[in-house]
Amino acid sequence: MAENRLNAGHSVDCRVVVIGGSTGSIDVLLRLLPALQPPLSFALIIVVHRRNTADSTLAHLFSLKTSVPVKEVDDKDVIRPGTIYLAPADYHLLLERDGTFSLDDSEKINYSRPSIDVTFESAADVCGSSLVGVLLSGSNADGTAGLKAIKSMGGFTVVQEPDTAQVGFMPQQAISGGAADYVFDIPGLIRFINDLNTTRSR
Amino acid sequence: MIEEEEIDLLLKDLYEVYGYDFTQYARASLKRRINRLWTLDKFPSFAELRYRVRSDPDYLKRFVEELTVNVTEMFRDPMYYRTLRAEVLPTLMAKPFIRIWHAGCSTGEEVFSMAILLKEARLLHKSILYATDLNPEVLESARQGIFSMSTMKQYSENYILSGGTTDFSTYYTAHYGRVKFNEELAEKMVFSTHNLVSDRSFNEFDLILCRNVLIYFTKTLQERVLTLFDESLAPLSYLGLGSKETLKFSSIQPRYKQLEGEKIWRKIG
Repeated sequence: MAENRLNAGHSVDCRVVVIGGSTGSIDVLLRLLPALQPPLSFALIIVVHRRNTADSTLAHLFSLKTSVPVKEVDDKDVIRPGTIYLAPADYHLLLERDGTFSLDDSEKINYSRPSIDVTFESAADVCGSSLVGVLLSGSNADGTAGLKAIKSMGGFTVVQEPDTAQVGFMPQQAISGGAADYVFDIPGLIRFINDLNTTRSR
Repeated sequence: MIEEEEIDLLLKDLYEVYGYDFTQYARASLKRRINRLWTLDKFPSFAELRYRVRSDPDYLKRFVEELTVNVTEMFRDPMYYRTLRAEVLPTLMAKPFIRIWHAGCSTGEEVFSMAILLKEARLLHKSILYATDLNPEVLESARQGIFSMSTMKQYSENYILSGGTTDFSTYYTAHYGRVKFNEELAEKMVFSTHNLVSDRSFNEFDLILCRNVLIYFTKTLQERVLTLFDESLAPLSYLGLGSKETLKFSSIQPRYKQLEGEKIWRKIG
């Protein structure tokens, strides 16, 4: 069934794409973002492990790579399609049923805050089958439990091909754990995400 | 995984049996906390969890303590403390007394940070730091001023980044992997339980610090708490929030002016 939905491409009812990554994932994002074809029909949420600082240089860097608006999330921001949201450093990022974000500075999960699992699980709970989760390069086990949650709620999961990742451990964990619906190299990931976009230019 | 209806039941119990109202807490985070406790304490089903909460007041203490987030550190976001040193404290110098409220102080790391700032500005002798939290347990821990030695390296770095110039280790005595902060710092602290959901203002303040507490509340409750703060702030006093929190969209905003680049507002109206 999943195959059919994928082959149907833009018929996948995707309202939110959430991408998680750790070591080596920024480079992937810096290739992905310029390749996006705005406007986006979904909200794109990015959770990357970062140094514990309050600076917003990463959001700025991302914003230079795409014409899609990029926003580092503030408490209670409304989740809108056509926008890229970045989890702020030192907070977990969660989604509420009323379509807003909430932040949480509770204990680190998998030595990380933001934790990819926390956002994946929260998004799965709220978005169900209209969610696509993407896990990129990294050296940590974060993300696998979250991808499983996304699958169990009917969403799609996509993982970067470990051989193409700067650090293959994190995507490999997900694949070994049976959490990946699809495995793509970077051009494949880009194509897949653009195919989810029902309002893209071109 | 707990169901939404089960959360509703549990919150109703907490209110009816104990008077704790968590219904206006941000749901996603609350749900995670409950699931976490369910797993940690190995309840076979929701019914067991609910029964334990309803019938065991000792367990309730743990439940409430774990439901609320008590993660904090000294001099968190050092630039924030730098602004307090450089821009806020100088304007309070001429006051005969300085009253500060740490709302949701948890285990007290920020209160001790503030006491250090005040001492270095030679203001501690005429200051009172009110530190409140809804958890009696964390307040007890805060009152003792004892923290883990393992965090001191990070805190010392934060302290230096905040503009501190003293040797940080002179503020505490180390003992078996823990440190106790000097009594002198704690002398001006008053600890008390206070629930932002249900309790009223209890004084007028020159500075209220409430960082990373509002993120756990719905907008409705945030508005209530900000109004409570507004009623408790003297003219030209300050309100400090967490780095991702804002007065924007609140009804009290027009009376406040934000300090450049920091989540600190001054009451001007």
